[in-house]
Amino acid sequence: MALKIPILGGAGLSEAKSDTAFVEFERVQKSYDGENLVVKDLNLSMPKGEFLTMLGPSGSGKTTCLMMLAGFETATHGAIRLDGVSINNIPPHKRGIGMVFQNYALFPHMTVAENLSFPLEVRKIGKSTREEKVMRALGMVQMQDFAGRRPAQLSGGQQQRIALARALVFEPELVLMDEPLGALDKQLRETLQFEITKLAHDLGITVVYVTHDQTEALTMSDRVAVFDDGRIQQLAPPDELYEAPQNSFVAQFIGENNTLEGVVQEMRGDSCIVKLDSGDVIDAMPVNVSKVGERTKVSIRPERVEFDKSRLSPDAHTLKAEVLEFIYMGDIFRTRLRVAGTDDFVIKSRNAPDQVRLTPGSQIEIGWLAQDCRALDA
Amino acid sequence: MAEQVLAADGTPLKASLNRALRRQKMRALVLILPLLLFILATFIYPIGQMLFRSVENGIVSETIPRTVVALDDWDTQENDLPPATVFDALAKDLAVAVELKEHTRLGSRLNYELSGISSLFRKTGRRVDDIGEIYTDQLVALDPAWEDPATWVTLMADPDWIAAQAAWDGEGDEPAFVVSATAIDMLPQTADIYADFARVIQSGDNDSPTEEEPWHIVSLALYQDLIASPSVDIPGPLAGLVSTAAAAAPSFETEDVIATFTDVDDDWQNPEVWETIYTYSPAYTNGYFLNAIDLQKTTDGIEWQPENEQVYLTLFLRTMIMSMTITISCILLGYPVAWMLANLPARKANLLMILVLLPFWTSLLVRTSAWKVLLQNQGVINDLLVWVGFIADDNRLALINNATGTVIAMTHILLPFMILPLYSVMQTIPISYLRAAKSLGATNWTAFWRVYFPQSVPGIGAGSILVFILSIGYYITPEIVGGTKGVFISNRIAYHISSSLNWGLAAALGAILLAIVLALYWAYDRIVGIDNVKLGG
Ligand SMILES: Nc1ncnc2c1ncn2[C@@H]1O[C@H](COP(=O)(O)OP(=O)(O)O)[C@@H](O)[C@H]1O
Ligand SMILES: [Mg+2]
Repeated sequence: MALKIPILGGAGLSEAKSDTAFVEFERVQKSYDGENLVVKDLNLSMPKGEFLTMLGPSGSGKTTCLMMLAGFETATHGAIRLDGVSINNIPPHKRGIGMVFQNYALFPHMTVAENLSFPLEVRKIGKSTREEKVMRALGMVQMQDFAGRRPAQLSGGQQQRIALARALVFEPELVLMDEPLGALDKQLRETLQFEITKLAHDLGITVVYVTHDQTEALTMSDRVAVFDDGRIQQLAPPDELYEAPQNSFVAQFIGENNTLEGVVQEMRGDSCIVKLDSGDVIDAMPVNVSKVGERTKVSIRPERVEFDKSRLSPDAHTLKAEVLEFIYMGDIFRTRLRVAGTDDFVIKSRNAPDQVRLTPGSQIEIGWLAQDCRALDA
Repeated sequence: MAEQVLAADGTPLKASLNRALRRQKMRALVLILPLLLFILATFIYPIGQMLFRSVENGIVSETIPRTVVALDDWDTQENDLPPATVFDALAKDLAVAVELKEHTRLGSRLNYELSGISSLFRKTGRRVDDIGEIYTDQLVALDPAWEDPATWVTLMADPDWIAAQAAWDGEGDEPAFVVSATAIDMLPQTADIYADFARVIQSGDNDSPTEEEPWHIVSLALYQDLIASPSVDIPGPLAGLVSTAAAAAPSFETEDVIATFTDVDDDWQNPEVWETIYTYSPAYTNGYFLNAIDLQKTTDGIEWQPENEQVYLTLFLRTMIMSMTITISCILLGYPVAWMLANLPARKANLLMILVLLPFWTSLLVRTSAWKVLLQNQGVINDLLVWVGFIADDNRLALINNATGTVIAMTHILLPFMILPLYSVMQTIPISYLRAAKSLGATNWTAFWRVYFPQSVPGIGAGSILVFILSIGYYITPEIVGGTKGVFISNRIAYHISSSLNWGLAAALGAILLAIVLALYWAYDRIVGIDNVKLGG
């Protein structure tokens, strides 16, 4: 499908910031009430064709960012650029941005076909072309048979497909989606996640996708921007986000994570020694700490914890642990331990033939590779 | 056929389901029963009664039954006066009606159809008890026994009644008079009018026929009977008295009843009077309805009222047009306000809502009178316009006592009834629809017109129905600010109910109004669909 439409109606040119950036937020701030900044200092740059997800807890300002990009909210400060052109003063209907809303926002008084035809009509596209494009867009989401129905006669998943088709039918280069799958059940959500990514790839469109579901963010995106408190906490590809969180918020927000608190005792180049509050000493990799005596939260993924001493380096520090609970989860085992004064230290191990099943009450020793244990901000 | 499904206890499933449902229905019925009874007693029944009055016309045949029967034989096409028998019958009917004081009511009723009848009846009523006196005098001259009430009782009363009356101890009511079969058989007209006399004497005056001399009209009836059957042979002690009278009757000096009536008033020579009585003699009439649409019944069929008396069609049309104007004004003024209300933050919306509801806190009368002050020729608005220089001082706008005044004041008064349903519908339309439309490339106007407006139509529908139906029946405001050019049909209805007392016409006007509303409702249902009316989410 060819995607060639002018995104902008000429107005408001400003200097192009970077050659590759398609969507650009520069030092954007937003306040609704003049007292609190909902978006504090947003800097973001997206190349064409990227699938970027804004992930963050509810109220962290994701929707606000999306609405500023779409033109329904104005930035209090800063510049938003599309294809190198500042769009601050361009009204929403001239931005040519496709949008999928959380509650679908399908027009209830129009049929599916009329809904899809709407953006083409307002662009004064001829009837035959319109019909052809509508059917093609419905085909993309496998909904050709439903053209004559009203939105109310469709299931949630079907409505979401139509909303998607409607956002794509006028061939925008940029599509925004605000928690589009939030109201659907798990299975449907997974199917649609796959379809959306595939469509976005096939069509080569740029997508800004908003969700609070981290699995969704990790599985769908090229890059994920983790939002908290009106700021991007980390912007990185999914694997990097998971493996190398830049701060303790990201570490805790993405995936399951064990956190221990302590003070840096010794710096050794790319590793360090942390003295926990319980008195135990562990190995860690300094990420957000730079000097001895700094408080830190160390973060370690449950699947990187070892309790088989033979797999650790001989000089690695270990911690004593008591097994509190063993949960059989099919593909993995989940074991809860009491470690260094906390009761919710979790380890996960693969369900392999030779895997040890820990029994509650037993005492073990655990350890890890220094690079798997990240010393982050306190 | 499918096999019958049985419930666990072996009874057919359908039957036990019905039983369960019936119990539910009974319970629901019990819950609404008080309201249902209340509405039946205070709404449905009175309205039914009122509507019934629009066709009911029993008063003529009840008040002057003999005349109505006698008129049956009258050939109205001849354009002549009715025969003397009709005048006779009317004299008898009036004699009874005057005693019961019913002739004025009948007069008023017929006066709706032909003005002047009311006074005609009243005048005649004052003279009617003289009719037949000449016969009484001659009978008494023949035999003074005719002066004795007992003679008449013996002649007319059933023997059983005479016995019962004699046995009556004076406590409580006298036994109700019963006319004798012999009298009915031999002196039918006399028996007929005497029975009425006795009834009136007993019930109206609380007197006894045994002590009252009959009306002169009874003598007239007796004379007629004696002329009709000269050889009458009454059994019993009065045989002689009656046969003497019968023998003398042909030589009696007679009274020309027609002349007597004409003597009272020339109008009795006017065939129109008789035609009116004849036309309105059936117990049911469509006359009120015809009048309500400026038609009239004549003996030649249905005709238009004279041009200068045609008011109702104009009024109906004006009521419709002005109600529509008011409805449209309410939509135009109310829509933006409702939109604001629906899209403001809750706190500000509540404040605005209080302002919208503020008019409900003051009396309708006060608000309407306030408009009178504002809209007057020397009122605030005119003063302001003159001051600003829009109009010249000697060219002030006529804003009151005409249709403009009614439209302005009623739009103001009915506005909340438009805003509230609009608001509650708009509240349910998420802002995201507008945003979606804009993101799809629609301008603000297109987004509003193609996406928002169609979804607010149910609110417009509900508000319009409310405002239109309220204004079509509105009465106080047009009365106060409408003058003659700005009144509604309901003002006319009120006039007929409280001033002219022509309830039949008022009921017919009301019934037509009701029919129009129902017809419009039906049309609305066909065009827009009544399920497209929402008073709230
Ligand atoms: N129209 C608005 N007026 C005032 N405050 C708002 C408005 N929209 C959002 N907010 C506030 O801004 C913050 C961020 O909201 P939002 O962008 O919707 O977060 P998210 O989409 O990440 O859940 C929240 O605290 C919310 O209360
Ligand atoms: Mg949101």
